[in-house]
Amino acid sequence: MSLPASHPDNRLMRRVATFLWQRPGFWLALLLLPPLLWFGVIYLGSLLTLLWQGFYTFDDFTMSVTPDLTFANIAALFNPANYDIILRTLTMAVAVTLASAVLAFPMAYFMARYTSGKLKAFFYIAVMLPMWASYIVKAYAWTLLLSRDGVAQWFLNHMGLEPLLNLMLTIPAVGGNTLSTSGFGRFLVFLYIWLPFMILPIQAALERLPPSLLQASADLGARPTQTFRHVILPLAIPGVAAGSVFTFSLTLGDFIVPQLVGPPGYFIGNMVYSQQGAIGNMPMAAAFTLVPIVLIAIYLSLVKRLGAFDAL
Amino acid sequence: MPYAVQFKNVSRLYGDVRAVDNVSIDIEDGEFFSMLGPSGSGKTTCLRLIAGFEQVTSGEIAIFGKPAQDVPPYQRDVNTVFQDYALFPHMTVLENVAYGLMVKGVDKKTRLAKAQEALERVALGFVHARKPSQLSGGQRQRVALARALVNRPRVLLLDEPLGALDLKLREQMQGELKKLQRELGITFIFVTHDQSEALSMSDRVAVFNNGRIEQVDTPRQLYMQPRTAFVASFVGTSNVLQPALSGKVCGEEGLFSLRPEHIVLHDEPVSNGEIRVSGMIQEIHYQGAATRLELRLADGEKLLVSEANPQRIISEERYQIGQQVTAVWPRAAMVPLQGEG
Repeated sequence: MSLPASHPDNRLMRRVATFLWQRPGFWLALLLLPPLLWFGVIYLGSLLTLLWQGFYTFDDFTMSVTPDLTFANIAALFNPANYDIILRTLTMAVAVTLASAVLAFPMAYFMARYTSGKLKAFFYIAVMLPMWASYIVKAYAWTLLLSRDGVAQWFLNHMGLEPLLNLMLTIPAVGGNTLSTSGFGRFLVFLYIWLPFMILPIQAALERLPPSLLQASADLGARPTQTFRHVILPLAIPGVAAGSVFTFSLTLGDFIVPQLVGPPGYFIGNMVYSQQGAIGNMPMAAAFTLVPIVLIAIYLSLVKRLGAFDAL
Repeated sequence: MPYAVQFKNVSRLYGDVRAVDNVSIDIEDGEFFSMLGPSGSGKTTCLRLIAGFEQVTSGEIAIFGKPAQDVPPYQRDVNTVFQDYALFPHMTVLENVAYGLMVKGVDKKTRLAKAQEALERVALGFVHARKPSQLSGGQRQRVALARALVNRPRVLLLDEPLGALDLKLREQMQGELKKLQRELGITFIFVTHDQSEALSMSDRVAVFNNGRIEQVDTPRQLYMQPRTAFVASFVGTSNVLQPALSGKVCGEEGLFSLRPEHIVLHDEPVSNGEIRVSGMIQEIHYQGAATRLELRLADGEKLLVSEANPQRIISEERYQIGQQVTAVWPRAAMVPLQGEG
């Protein structure tokens, strides 16, 4: 057997290895440097630069941007037209988040508690499969499904539920001419697209819940509804919170679904898109970008105050 | 007076596996009853059948004379101390203990006072504001006990509650549990795989093997009069003498249990004693209070012998490996066993 240590290259390697081993802090810093640089410069840096531009001045007359700092863009967010956009987006985000939490919970519970092995793998794939298809294709597909002679209407027709649909379509804000141009239709598409992002975190949280806790609860005299309220739900809340951050922020930032499905009227994303594209008002677009960030920050602090992360 | 818990021909099948196989037991009210057996012997399943976490496949379970089949766990007058303690991680220790009272609708002030009282009973009054994750294993175990007892159950089920504790703590808790059971006067059903634990705490012990009950008896009876080879070797240590050997040494062919401590060794051939066998020492294990020796008999059979160590300090081993000795025991020390061995 040869002695590898005698080889000069190996000796150097060994000295480097020993050096790093004796200085674990240095080694850790070395490992962390690339991701920190990436995150700090490329990610946070560009985001801050963008937000900083929200305080630049846009000259309506010359259509040019000057780096004179102003609060005009931020103030403009609160004029009725823009405020309307923010409110519309926020309402949708809240509705989609609540509905996906309600829909996702039983599914996640079933996956966590009643499946294992191949069946569990099947459900994982089934939940994630829609995410493999292009998002735009799915949104377009939904416009067809929800159109006047689309599958949804055809189905409701055959069930004899068309009067109910027509009644629903007359409700302001929820309704519209057809399902595909109604607020409800838009809500359905959002719900469909973001649901997996709610199922998976809840499932992960429920997976960590030992069955003996549920038995202990029943053993101590708790009815199933009490066990759900006092044990299952509190311990699943971190998962619900994580999922809701996804559904909430993804809905807040989306600009394609509002464009393809639902009644006319901008969402925050559409506004950012048109401000920086056609109009070239980068400062206003940047100011609008600030809105979802602030809303999510407020949302997270609310969720934290409600104790959602206590069980973590 | 009905039995606290009664099993009538209870079986529990998982597919083709008979986890519990035609078990019948009568557990008296106020008894400290242990279910002893190796893992997978059905003892824990029996406990879970009483708690209501499992359903019987056939047979009947009655709790204080009332059939339990259709009663869900939350309506049974029994409480469980779980093997992993199953404390709620998002609640404080006090909230954990008060949980049973809370779900029954006891008002907050009363239930917290009672929970505090229960914690003090297990000498843990000072940890009420902590989360279970901040407690040691022994403390968690006692919180689990307080959480079950605060509901004043008529039967307390304990699923290997001492398994995760170290030896000293385990011995201390054995004493405390026994004392608690005496004070409360309620039925304790205690599942364990540790035979010394079962012997030292219980009024009666059921020995489980392969889903069946081998023997139900008092600890003393179980040890002195084991009925089967399994009980003889699982409860304590025993030499199970095969018919060939017993026929040779005492003229009676059959299966017998012979405890190692009932055998006396002599360095030289002797003429006294009822039964004499000569053999060679193969192994010597010094165990402090006693020394355990393994003999090899003439025809290759093994015999375990346990000899109490003498009081005076000796510098040398009395025996050496390879030494020829004579083992002597009275005929009465041989307990006949059922079965083929």
